Amino acid sequence: MTASASAQTRTASDQVLTRARDVVGASELTDATLARYLHGLPGVDKVGADGRAAMLGTRSIKTTAKQWALDTIVSMIDLTTLEGADSPGKVRTLAAKARTPDPQDPTCPRPAAVCVYGDLVHVAKDALAGTGVKVAAVATAFPSGRASLGVRLADTREAVAQGADEIDMVIDRGAFLSGQYSKVFEDILAVREACRAEGAQAHLKVILETGELATYDNVRRASWLAMLAGADFIKTSTGKVQPAATLPVTILMLEAVRDFREATGTQVGVKPAGGISTSKDAIKYLVAVNETLGEDWLDPDWFRFGASSLLNDVLMQRSKLRTGHYWGPDYVTVS
Amino acid sequence: MSFEYAPAPESRAVVDIASSYGLFIDGKFTDPAEGTTFKTINPATEEVLADVAEAGEADIDRAVTAARRAYDKVWSRMPGSERAKYLYRIARLLAERSREFAVLETLDNGKPIRESRDVDVPTAAAHFFYYAGWADKLEHAGFGPDPRPHGVAAQVIPWNFPLLMLAWKIAPALAAGNTVVLKPAETTPLSALLFADLLRQAELPPGVVNIVTGARETGSLLVNHPGVDKIAFTGSTPVGKRIAKDIAGSRKSLTLELGGKAANIVFDDAPIDQAVEGIVNGIYFNQGQVCCAGSRLLVQESIADELVDRLKRRLGTLRVGDPMDKNTDVGAINSAQQLERITSISASGEDEGATRWTAPCELPERGYWFAPTVFTDVHPAHRIAREEIFGPVLSVLTFRTPAEAVQKANNTPYGLSAGIWTEKGSRILAMADHLRAGVVWANTFNRFDPTSPFGGYKESGYGREGGRHGLAAYLQEGHAL
Amino acid sequence: MSARLDVRKTYKLFIGGKFPRSESGRTYEIVSDDGAFLANAALASRKDARDSVVAARKAQPGWAGATAYNRGQVLYRVAELLEGRRAQFVEEVAVGEGFKPKAAEATVDAAIDRWVWYAGWTDKVAQVAGSANPVAGPYFNLSVPEPTGVVVVLAPQGSSLLGLVSVLAPVLVTGNTAVVVASEKRPLPAITLSEVLATSDVPGGVVNVLTGRTAELALPLTTHLDVNAIDLTGALGAQGVEWGALEAEAAGSVKRVVRPPADDVEPDWTAPPNGPRRILAFTETKTVWHPKGM
Repeated sequence: MTASASAQTRTASDQVLTRARDVVGASELTDATLARYLHGLPGVDKVGADGRAAMLGTRSIKTTAKQWALDTIVSMIDLTTLEGADSPGKVRTLAAKARTPDPQDPTCPRPAAVCVYGDLVHVAKDALAGTGVKVAAVATAFPSGRASLGVRLADTREAVAQGADEIDMVIDRGAFLSGQYSKVFEDILAVREACRAEGAQAHLKVILETGELATYDNVRRASWLAMLAGADFIKTSTGKVQPAATLPVTILMLEAVRDFREATGTQVGVKPAGGISTSKDAIKYLVAVNETLGEDWLDPDWFRFGASSLLNDVLMQRSKLRTGHYWGPDYVTVS
Repeated sequence: MSFEYAPAPESRAVVDIASSYGLFIDGKFTDPAEGTTFKTINPATEEVLADVAEAGEADIDRAVTAARRAYDKVWSRMPGSERAKYLYRIARLLAERSREFAVLETLDNGKPIRESRDVDVPTAAAHFFYYAGWADKLEHAGFGPDPRPHGVAAQVIPWNFPLLMLAWKIAPALAAGNTVVLKPAETTPLSALLFADLLRQAELPPGVVNIVTGARETGSLLVNHPGVDKIAFTGSTPVGKRIAKDIAGSRKSLTLELGGKAANIVFDDAPIDQAVEGIVNGIYFNQGQVCCAGSRLLVQESIADELVDRLKRRLGTLRVGDPMDKNTDVGAINSAQQLERITSISASGEDEGATRWTAPCELPERGYWFAPTVFTDVHPAHRIAREEIFGPVLSVLTFRTPAEAVQKANNTPYGLSAGIWTEKGSRILAMADHLRAGVVWANTFNRFDPTSPFGGYKESGYGREGGRHGLAAYLQEGHAL
Repeated sequence: MSARLDVRKTYKLFIGGKFPRSESGRTYEIVSDDGAFLANAALASRKDARDSVVAARKAQPGWAGATAYNRGQVLYRVAELLEGRRAQFVEEVAVGEGFKPKAAEATVDAAIDRWVWYAGWTDKVAQVAGSANPVAGPYFNLSVPEPTGVVVVLAPQGSSLLGLVSVLAPVLVTGNTAVVVASEKRPLPAITLSEVLATSDVPGGVVNVLTGRTAELALPLTTHLDVNAIDLTGALGAQGVEWGALEAEAAGSVKRVVRPPADDVEPDWTAPPNGPRRILAFTETKTVWHPKGM
């Protein structure tokens, strides 16, 4: 790393640290000072939160609104394949799908990104050249995150070196649940540095794995911890653990980014991932963004869907709106 | 980019509205003896929906007589298990025809279709279902081994939840073995008249339920009829007091469900986003036209500014407009008269020095509309802190300690409901103990269930509706002596 | 040796745990069932009535805030003291109501036993009348009976102890406080009962007893805005009192009204009470909801 680049990175990290100390109100970020701050955030009543999500889910989005919503959803999708059996061929097929989602409709927007394991980033980059579709890589010993920091950073650096535009990291849930908040904070900060190393500008998405965090209070605390440590996006899940993204949890995270911007002036994005496979569900999420945050987040730069089968369902719905009759799975391409 | 929701209208076609309706007496629709009628309109558009009969003295007499005959000859002789089956039928039919009833309720009342569909109609059906099961178990209900019904029950209901209030009245009355003469509110008679049609399908014996439409005069004739044994009234406190005075000395049994000015109390450790939802639900659900509305927000002073900011931001996302649109959150005010009342009491808010804020929204040209409004800098002496507005107007007051919150919350002649928002369990229970209100919602608001008794302390009325307690009003061995 | 002159009792009001005379300074004659002079009783005024309500309201939070167990113990001890004064009550009842000794004894015994019966209800009413309601959602939902507050009791005109106990004891069980308007012509057992209460653990103000003209006292108490409920039993047979008119006045503040017994006739007070019905007539049901969620 060049001297100035590394100095730049360190300055950026210092800024994050300084801001975090200011917000937390402590000269040192320890488990105790972080706990005091995070546990001082307002609690979440689960039944009330579930009720709000259910109410938002009753919105009826039709005709022109539905058209707009479907197009927007496509443009927000991180088209994903994260299987042990992924191969270069598989990734190229996925990339081809991202390049041309609907062969019968060239007006169909492209998804925001393709999301793959770090060792296949270069395949995706090649296949997507010239499309504007970004390449996101999962890193840090995804999905469990159970490896040393050194291993997790090496994982990250390799993906960044291959050209990943975005890194989706996982937090150490064991550390979080046992109160080691400073470790979680430092991990995120280190990965963030790795994303910005050597002139790279990979955006960092921090996966909270909300299904393992178990309570809504924990989701709120983990969201703030991740944002204080410099996350560009907070993401619900790896998709490998049930439950993955749910509407109430996502709304909770939308509220967190709203409050964070109010407190610090910094806007952070949100990505629900896993379990969103129908247009109907995806529309509910879009409604939630609309009514919790408004215009500022209704953009692929600030909201993403981590999904694989969702795209085809949306394409079928788009086609139905366009042509008036129901579509079938044989009429959309597999990826 | 902005996300504009396209219109998502519910279809009117599902319900047939006749051009005129008679009185439902003794199992049939008949014209009123003196032929007087009045119109019922859609408050969102001011369009006339139908002509409705006004029951006069002779009609009331005929209805009460029919109810008495049905009681003597049929209903009082029928085993509880058979009465139960009629009530189950009614519950099922209401569920089957729910879409029809929801649309009709929205057209006649002005409330959003989402609410009629998701709250009013299902809860009404559930009430019938719940009380059906009591009809043959009265000896186990805690009123002695052989509790007896009163006989003929006169029931006068309000316009804010027309079908639901009808269910709250008729279900327990019939389960306990009474027969009924019910007068729906003047501005919202249609769902009761459709209910009469449902009774035809249920083949309920003639005279067991009679629906007599009319206004204040009809209600007065009904409650004062000597052939009535029991009266149940839900409505305004002044009218409730008038009824209690009119029947004094007559030994008619009476239960009242009157007004309220509930305090929604938010502590500094409240789950704040859910508290905001609870406040919004508390005062803007049903356009604030709810007896148990959380019309006074009592917020701990240390978080007052932050809470009000969050509240205003949230109110900006409320959708006010066509009640038939599935995305509408706040519908029309029920009548010109009610709108006038809300407007004038709100004006007093500014006159008396409170600060007025109105949610930004476009109100339709025709119809009766009032934008959600918040008053801050309100003090207990202000009219908007004391009087029931019955509209989408919230008055915000502050407090410093739990004792002060209790004192301010209880400092009202009313006592129907209250809300408490705090994460601290022991404080929830202690506050619930001290609040003089018949319903206390902790970390939630406006929750109703057929099993859950509802009713007021002090001038909010007496008697409970719902649950085992709800049977007491309709049995001679019920608690009131 | 000449017969000893007895030291006659002065019958005063019982307000706030003390025995004041009427602020009006008035008294009126109480005679036995066969017309013999018994005593001068205080003739309470509307101001005494007002003071009683103030005392009752002041004592109410403390009485309601005591545990049910504590209230039960206090009420039971009252029965112990009643028993101790049995002879005095027997004499007052006999002479006031014209009972033969055996009948008077039976009445007094029944009154004491009734008081014991009500004492045992304090910690059971909530279990019989309360409920956990199975609402259709993730909520804890509980209904509990609470005392309505300050209750005005027009004690029966005829049955001066048994009837009095039958209307007063149920009021106290759940934590209400009472302003009792004693039988107009037979108030003496009510004052003796007050003496029992004053020497028991019942806090001052929980029971207040006014003697005097029912007609004069009933109206200010019925229209008093700080009274929550009124038992109109004593309206029957009271001179110049029409219970329907009182009920009409009570409507002005939505008071809870317990009407006089059916057929406008004092019942046979020896009949057992109708379960906790009389207790529950002076309670409000409070229903509390709370979400259940991790």
